[in-house]
Amino acid sequence: MSERAAGVRPLVSVRDLAVHFPVKKGVLGRAKGAVRAVDGVSFDVFPGETLALVGESGCGKTTTGRAVLRLVEATAGTILFDGTDVRALKAEPLRKLRRQMQIVFQDPFSSLNPRMTVGATVREGLVIHELAEGAEADARVRRLLEEVGLRPDQASRYPHELSGGQRQRVGIARALAVEPRFIVCDEPVSALDVSVQAQVVNLLQDLQRDRGLAYLFIAHDLSVVQHVADRVAVMYLGRIVETAPGEALYDEPLMPYTQALLSAVPVPDPDAKRQRIVLSGDVPSPAAPPSGCVFHPRCHHPARDAACARIVPPLEPKGEMSGSGKSAGAPHLVACIKQPPTTVDDATQRAAGATHPPQRYLPVVGAR
Amino acid sequence: MRRLLAARAAQAVVVVAVVATVVFALIHLAPGDPFGAALESGRVSPEVRAEWRARYGLDRPLAEQYVRWIGSVARGDLGWSFSRNRPVAGALASALPNTLVLMGTALLLSIALGIAAAVLQAARRGSLVDRGSSALLLVFYSMPEFWLGLMLLLAFAYELPIFPVSGVVDPVMHEYMGTWGRFVDRVRHLALPALTLTLLLSAAIARHQRAALLDVARADFTRTARAKGLSPRAVLLRHALRNSLGTTITLLGLMFPALLGGAVIVETVFAWPGMGSLATSAIAQRDYPLVSATAIVGAVMTVAGSVIADVLGATADPRLRDA
Repeated sequence: MSERAAGVRPLVSVRDLAVHFPVKKGVLGRAKGAVRAVDGVSFDVFPGETLALVGESGCGKTTTGRAVLRLVEATAGTILFDGTDVRALKAEPLRKLRRQMQIVFQDPFSSLNPRMTVGATVREGLVIHELAEGAEADARVRRLLEEVGLRPDQASRYPHELSGGQRQRVGIARALAVEPRFIVCDEPVSALDVSVQAQVVNLLQDLQRDRGLAYLFIAHDLSVVQHVADRVAVMYLGRIVETAPGEALYDEPLMPYTQALLSAVPVPDPDAKRQRIVLSGDVPSPAAPPSGCVFHPRCHHPARDAACARIVPPLEPKGEMSGSGKSAGAPHLVACIKQPPTTVDDATQRAAGATHPPQRYLPVVGAR
Repeated sequence: MRRLLAARAAQAVVVVAVVATVVFALIHLAPGDPFGAALESGRVSPEVRAEWRARYGLDRPLAEQYVRWIGSVARGDLGWSFSRNRPVAGALASALPNTLVLMGTALLLSIALGIAAAVLQAARRGSLVDRGSSALLLVFYSMPEFWLGLMLLLAFAYELPIFPVSGVVDPVMHEYMGTWGRFVDRVRHLALPALTLTLLLSAAIARHQRAALLDVARADFTRTARAKGLSPRAVLLRHALRNSLGTTITLLGLMFPALLGGAVIVETVFAWPGMGSLATSAIAQRDYPLVSATAIVGAVMTVAGSVIADVLGATADPRLRDA
């Protein structure tokens, strides 16, 4: 997808990932159609960077994260981790690879085994991957707990004795224990108090800086994402509809869906002049996604017309190459045939029933 | 934990007292008395019966009888069994071990069998093994214990005579056997009644345990365990099983009375001289002290069962320890 910074190979490379869940009906449980939770998602995560995956509930972002780690099986597509085809791995090599790719779950209350002490939970990963054992493992556990901001003596506590923020720190320590290079953070702070969210986000950033970790940061809170992400990918109904370096996305959201999302972010300035875009209707069922552009039934782009229902918009470069720092050179890709420039030319659009030519549409929605 | 035990012990005393009172009332409400028609001897004249009643205080008002009886029970004296013509405590002492052996064996076997079946089923969910063994266990679960007992007798004591029909030991040969021979003799007699109870109980345990395992298998922390890189086997045995045992422990506490009730029926089918047989014959002969005593023992065992389940549950689950 991106060919930036020649020579840097993506750590995780996902192409055309699809996860369909069969819908079973009747006593015999025969499949009747499928829920297309993830439908043709492609992205790269480079070493040391944070790619945020945002979108509303049910858009497939969590499923994408889990499919990358093969915690759910993908239906189609390729997942490369440092050149290794993750989907082709048998059980044992996959188990070994799990050392390098970890996950921090959303719910710190249910994702820790209630019968195991915090120390045992963190220690287990060390032992099964034969990184340390005995007294050395205990010492490592204490160091890890310290590193995530817990007291080493809290190793003997049970999860129910800790607060939400402390538990999420345990979840992070647990993931770090096996020294991974890549962590999927599946809404790591959305279950936490706002005051604790910032601490955990800062912890994740510090760890990334110290250890060169790559994150796939799944979130629905765009203000958290703005703080952590180098690049952002916006998902809608199982597809990536826009991806851009963080600043570019916030400054110049081109996909109408992204504009709507950003307009919903509260801005701590009562005098801010901006348009509020309120989407009508509900998210369509992923079992029967709309034709053409999946967003067209709810789209507010002034040039929206019949062609939008017929043409599947390609994810193509638009806007300026405005990335800086870690995301320098990352393209701004948008899936919308009505935002110029587009490779879907006028003739094709008119043949599909277009009544409006593409037209640049950029309402003021963001905080900046 | 200590507070929990103290509270439960206090509860137990109340429960046992209430059970004793209710049973006392019930058995006295039933028609007849130990020296009525139940005493099958036409030669005992009404005068003699009246004299016996007076001697044992059965001619006194019910309230007075109750107070005397509960007072002596509270002091640990369970009274005299009219039908067996021996102290009630002695009759219990010879019957209780037989029942405990039967129930204990059935309990251990069914926990092992039930949990093993559940783990197998959960590991291969939806497979032929899962569906087949679930269906088979459901069949056993739905059977009345007396019928299952009779069928087992028919199959393994009559058609294919590998096990004896009834009793605890061989009535004639046991005396002439060596230590090992005696042990084998006891095990052979225990086999069928224990199997009857085991099949019934393990079916219930397996069904609940399987459901609990599948519940936990969906929990986030089992996903965490998988993400850590644990093998499916380790995830199932180390994380899922431990977290799902609570259900079975609670269930066992609740099932204890049912097990006791089942044991009474199974004992009758297999002529097993335990608490069940003792209670049935005591009721038939209106042996007031013995009926009440068996009920008290049953109540104590039930309460003990649920206390043990609570303690085990708290031991297995750190979240319950402070409760």
